[in-house]
Amino acid sequence: MFHQGSARGCLALCMAGAMVFAGAGSAFADWPEKAVTVIVPWSAGGGTDATARAVATELEEIFGQPFNVVNRTGGGGLVGHSTIATSPADGYTLGVITIESTMFEAQGIPGVTPADFAYIGRFNADPIAINIAADAEYSDAAGLIDTVRADPGAVAASGANRGGLSHLAWIGLLDRLDIDPTAANWVASDGSAPALQQLASGAIDVVSTSPAEAQSLVDAGQARTVALISSERSALYPDLPTTTELFDTDWSPLPFRGIAAPTGTPDEVVSKVEAALKEITEDSAFQDFMAARGFSVAYQDAATFEQTVTSAAEGFGSAMSSAGLAQ
Amino acid sequence: MSAATLATSLSMVIEAHVLLAILGGAVYGLFIGALPGLTATMATALLVPLTFYMAPLPSIALIVASTTMAITAGDIPGALLRIPGTPASAAYTGESHAMTLRGEAGRALSIGFFFSATGGMIGAAVLLLTGPLLARVSLNFSSFEFFWLAVLGLLTCALVSGSNPVKGGVSLALGVLVSTVGLDITTGQPRFTFGSMELMGGVSFIPVMIGMFAFSEILRGLSSDGARPAAAPETRSLRPYAGIPTLVLRYPLSLLRGTTIGASLGALPGVGGDLAAWIAYGVSARFSKTPEKFGKGHEEGLIEATSANNAGLSSAWIPALVFGIPGDAVTAIAVGVLYMKGVSPGPRLFAENPSMPTAIILCFFVANLLLFPLGYLAIKGARLVLMVPRNVIVPMILVCCFLGSYAINNTLFGVGIMLVAGLVGYVMERNDFPIAPVILGLVLGPVLERNFIMSMQIARGDLLGFFDRPVSALLGAVVIAILLFTVISRIRNRSARHLRRLS
Repeated sequence: MFHQGSARGCLALCMAGAMVFAGAGSAFADWPEKAVTVIVPWSAGGGTDATARAVATELEEIFGQPFNVVNRTGGGGLVGHSTIATSPADGYTLGVITIESTMFEAQGIPGVTPADFAYIGRFNADPIAINIAADAEYSDAAGLIDTVRADPGAVAASGANRGGLSHLAWIGLLDRLDIDPTAANWVASDGSAPALQQLASGAIDVVSTSPAEAQSLVDAGQARTVALISSERSALYPDLPTTTELFDTDWSPLPFRGIAAPTGTPDEVVSKVEAALKEITEDSAFQDFMAARGFSVAYQDAATFEQTVTSAAEGFGSAMSSAGLAQ
Repeated sequence: MSAATLATSLSMVIEAHVLLAILGGAVYGLFIGALPGLTATMATALLVPLTFYMAPLPSIALIVASTTMAITAGDIPGALLRIPGTPASAAYTGESHAMTLRGEAGRALSIGFFFSATGGMIGAAVLLLTGPLLARVSLNFSSFEFFWLAVLGLLTCALVSGSNPVKGGVSLALGVLVSTVGLDITTGQPRFTFGSMELMGGVSFIPVMIGMFAFSEILRGLSSDGARPAAAPETRSLRPYAGIPTLVLRYPLSLLRGTTIGASLGALPGVGGDLAAWIAYGVSARFSKTPEKFGKGHEEGLIEATSANNAGLSSAWIPALVFGIPGDAVTAIAVGVLYMKGVSPGPRLFAENPSMPTAIILCFFVANLLLFPLGYLAIKGARLVLMVPRNVIVPMILVCCFLGSYAINNTLFGVGIMLVAGLVGYVMERNDFPIAPVILGLVLGPVLERNFIMSMQIARGDLLGFFDRPVSALLGAVVIAILLFTVISRIRNRSARHLRRLS
């Protein structure tokens, strides 16, 4: 073929190249052709796990392939997030990422930065609440804060690992109330479920986690949700006062849950899942499920989600240095 | 629990589609459980898509039946091939395999199925009566109590799983040491990872379990000092459930104790069920009239431990149903399915719709009842496995080893772990170090560490904090008493022997 003329040979080569390229592109047109793994960096039974399983179930229905939820816990979410980031970017590993993914860098923990993900979309954002034991000596947030002020070390709080969002939300609040954050007693736990068990058993005094996760214990009369660490009230819990109203502060850490994939995941996959996620968040069955468990549905598309994550990373970096956690 | 609720729940359960779901789930669970490396969790996860098309109760019945059956069927490869199906059955794999080697495979399997089913049914009955109460008690357990429970589990395991408690302790320490590999759970610092990303996730117990029990057995066969089953077992010895009534009459206390331990420990969120089998086995050895027979194919410990893990299985659902706090992956998936169906687990479920949780517990009843006929078929089928000559079965075990360890994370890393664990297990066994404690150390190591650190943080570094809470103090006292008792009885034995030699 080549001896007939270099121009034609070149054309043939180009065509072959184009065909290969087109072939590579269309390989993802049929995505997903097999089961997709959805990595959740938090323990089974927590809020992230519950919402991830709900989203995975709906994805399964939309794409007709299994979306298997795999809990990769440990290291305050680092193990799971870095597993997502280092998985092959072939479209068959997705992950549910949480706000912790924006914090590791500032804490000096290597392994995950916001640049390691291809963002697909956010489906939930809920403020963190202060939950206390039902039989505590105080019955509201003001009483709790007074007790903490008297002896910051005597009030044990938990909800996540040291440096996790629950921790930052709590000490960030204390910091703004002129209570030394480094004197507060933080009990490192692997997610909110073990922390709530500790609260119910009376071993600790405060769990900072979303009101939804504490709901069953509140219903059981074991715990009480006293305030949202936020600047605005929640539509799902209109009666809960915010710390901004109560203490006149401006601390409003808003954790998110969203879907991401390893950087380099084909755009076809990202846009397919992005569209599916939008569809899911508009689905009334999903909205009912989220409302029933007390989670709000807060969709953001890929671009907006990436922006949210980037600005959160910057905000938490500065919050952590004031608490002496940044490195 | 009113009679009316019970009647409503019963009529909910004896509907054709619910019973069909239970039967289907049980058969499916039997196959999954009998394949080494495939776990009850995996069985449940694969069922979720199917539940989309089902009503709430049948979906849960499906999950309940498949896990009940998978956990029990995990004893089959344990007894025949020495590959435990779950960490819970690792407690007595040595025992049941020893029976197979004696040509009593049918008896080992009959005990497995019969007492699992009986334990499971008694457990379900206990739950019907005391479910919400158990949940309330389990909710009072903090990290202090969980720490002592983990210590108790490790301690009984080290003491009973071999003739020499010191060697048992060494095996246990090895397991706990390996469990520290990976990212530290409190601050996320890497430990013993040597820069490997795969080691950061830690060493999973399933490839270790397969390697240590099964692969090491193959190595023993190669070096031809492995014990072989005596002449081909007679068909008579494979008459399912033969001689079981005699066993019930001989060891009624083991059955009751195992079930009680299982039902109460199972209600603790987390590792309750696994722990129950080990503690039950340990208790059985402690109180047995013939402790010297343990580990050599004795029925007593087998009965107690196997009834404990099935009883624990049903009570694990109690914290999940009553407080919406699922203790393990299976109940987490089930809670998810319930929410999808618009049934929210939690105290309101018991107040507003008490027939639903009751019906779920009744499903356990029916599923355990099904264990009798399905177990009969499985035991009959097991005969075929035993008739296969050894030079055919060894490659099959090898294939199972590779498949099972690969299936955990779908990586070759798991296969590597399995091979290394097999070599280590082989060397350990040649030198009389028991291998079962390694598995428990690996499972309980993180539980022990996490609860120790949480407790220390709560007590602000004061070790006396472990004795501040009444239940915690009691558990701590039991642990110390067992330790003291063991040490004192050893010293006394030694000095007695010394005196005898002098005289």
